[in-house]
Amino acid sequence: MPAMLEAAGLSKSFNGQMAVDDISLAVEKGEILGFLGPNGAGKTTTMKMLTGFMRPSSGSAKVCGELITGGNAHTRRHIGYLPEGAPLYGDMTPRAFLSFIARCHKMHGKRGAEAQERAVEAVDLKAVLDQRIATLSKGFRRRVAIAAAIIHAPPVLILDEPTDGLDPNQKHEVRYLIRRMSAERAIIISTHILEEVESLCSRAVVIRRGKIVADETPSGLKAKSKYLNAVNMLVPSHEASDIAIGLKRLERVASVEMASEGGQMRLTVVPAGQVVIANRVAELAASKGWTVSQFAVEGGRLEDVFRKLTSASGKGDSG
Amino acid sequence: MRHNIFTIFKREFSSYFNTPLAYVFIVIFLMLQGVFTFYVGGFYEGEQADLSAFFSFHPWLYLFLMPAIGMRLWAEERKSGTMELLLTLPLSPGSIIMGKYLAALCFAALALALTFPIWLTVNHLGEPDNGVIITGYIGSLLMAGAYLGVATAMSALTDNQVVAFITSVALCFLFTILGLPMVLDGVSAIGFDQVTVMVAGMSYLSHFDALQKGVLSLADVVFYIAVIGFWLGLTRAIIEQQREAG
Repeated sequence: MPAMLEAAGLSKSFNGQMAVDDISLAVEKGEILGFLGPNGAGKTTTMKMLTGFMRPSSGSAKVCGELITGGNAHTRRHIGYLPEGAPLYGDMTPRAFLSFIARCHKMHGKRGAEAQERAVEAVDLKAVLDQRIATLSKGFRRRVAIAAAIIHAPPVLILDEPTDGLDPNQKHEVRYLIRRMSAERAIIISTHILEEVESLCSRAVVIRRGKIVADETPSGLKAKSKYLNAVNMLVPSHEASDIAIGLKRLERVASVEMASEGGQMRLTVVPAGQVVIANRVAELAASKGWTVSQFAVEGGRLEDVFRKLTSASGKGDSG
Repeated sequence: MRHNIFTIFKREFSSYFNTPLAYVFIVIFLMLQGVFTFYVGGFYEGEQADLSAFFSFHPWLYLFLMPAIGMRLWAEERKSGTMELLLTLPLSPGSIIMGKYLAALCFAALALALTFPIWLTVNHLGEPDNGVIITGYIGSLLMAGAYLGVATAMSALTDNQVVAFITSVALCFLFTILGLPMVLDGVSAIGFDQVTVMVAGMSYLSHFDALQKGVLSLADVVFYIAVIGFWLGLTRAIIEQQREAG
């Protein structure tokens, strides 16, 4: 099956500065691709090119097999786009706004009304349909913007920081919404919230200074972390330093990190070369009779990998 | 294409009435109209059954009022970020620009149409040549359109409505005074009659003169349509350039 969204060698330079440098991607139906990168890495510029808003300096992108990067207005019907910050017409009501968007997609009369109803239901907007958008809470405004992006049931959704600025409950709702829509669509979201990538995306693409530096599943990305197979345990504070010394003597242990947590201390035992050390740590704890209240093996930390991939020096600090 | 223009037009036109601003604007326009016609223009004192006292002040009123109508067209979209929303919809930029412009023009036309009591008045007082008056109204609307063209382009250049307003007023002022005798005398003093004719030909004022006197010449109508076309073309170029800049 051909990919729904394909980018080949997309590049964009501003005044000689490369903002996006040779990005190639293909997103298929059912995929949620998380686009990661520090601020200014070129996430938004890439998305602006994928939606046909901006022309690339070189390269091209296709949506459902049609060229989108040539300023082709007709191809844009395949795309639902949530621009950064979810801009809306504040002086309109959601009802008027959504029917305007429906008409822009040439859905008039009954067809438009049905599409609007579906979108309103999907994001649960009924309660505020006739209030001015400017008076709505941030969560509702985001939902209005998402409703506008999905009203024409586009096969490709491009969402620029869809949960940015929302509270945890609202974030959860928006993620749930995106996941529910993903079966029939190809979705790209940009974010700098790493937990979002873990909980939502089937694939993570990390960019740094306009270039792709990683393209993997979130768990594959996490596995690159030095924390893969690290052991995380909670111990009483007064025993912590003795325990740490004991752990450091253990074979294949690279370091032990400590962080206080109330009256207790959280120890993270980092293995050398990602080897499995949980058994030996557990045996040691049992033989010494340490009071361990929590014990977990980590699958790696995205944050750690993200920093390693995107920080200026190319190395993560082990804070 | 027509559908798309109408969709944009409808949203834009009704957005004028989403705030009290539109009503305030119309009231100010009508009051100023009255002040100029009756006090400054001496409508009664002239003792003539025509509307020359009414039309002759239109260029000067429009100088401020048309930039006020047009300043928000693009500056507001840029400021709120909705320009990105608008330009990623499956609509051509041309139909968006046209729809927005026509909404502003229709709003101006509505304000102008609401001056109809003066027309009733002059018909009640005497027997004016209504053909001349209709030509005057057409000319007035065309001129308003030319001013709005300037305002549209200036609005696309900035995300600040105040800046858009001031630059529009300045440019409109320039294109208006080009036709004044004092400017033309200055230009002709330099010599080159052709230049003088050309400068006079560029003025919004000179072309309105004939229209308000009831002479509906094709040249004047074509002039205004060409001027509007020029400014809308410029608006399009500016918008294309702005979207590339992010």
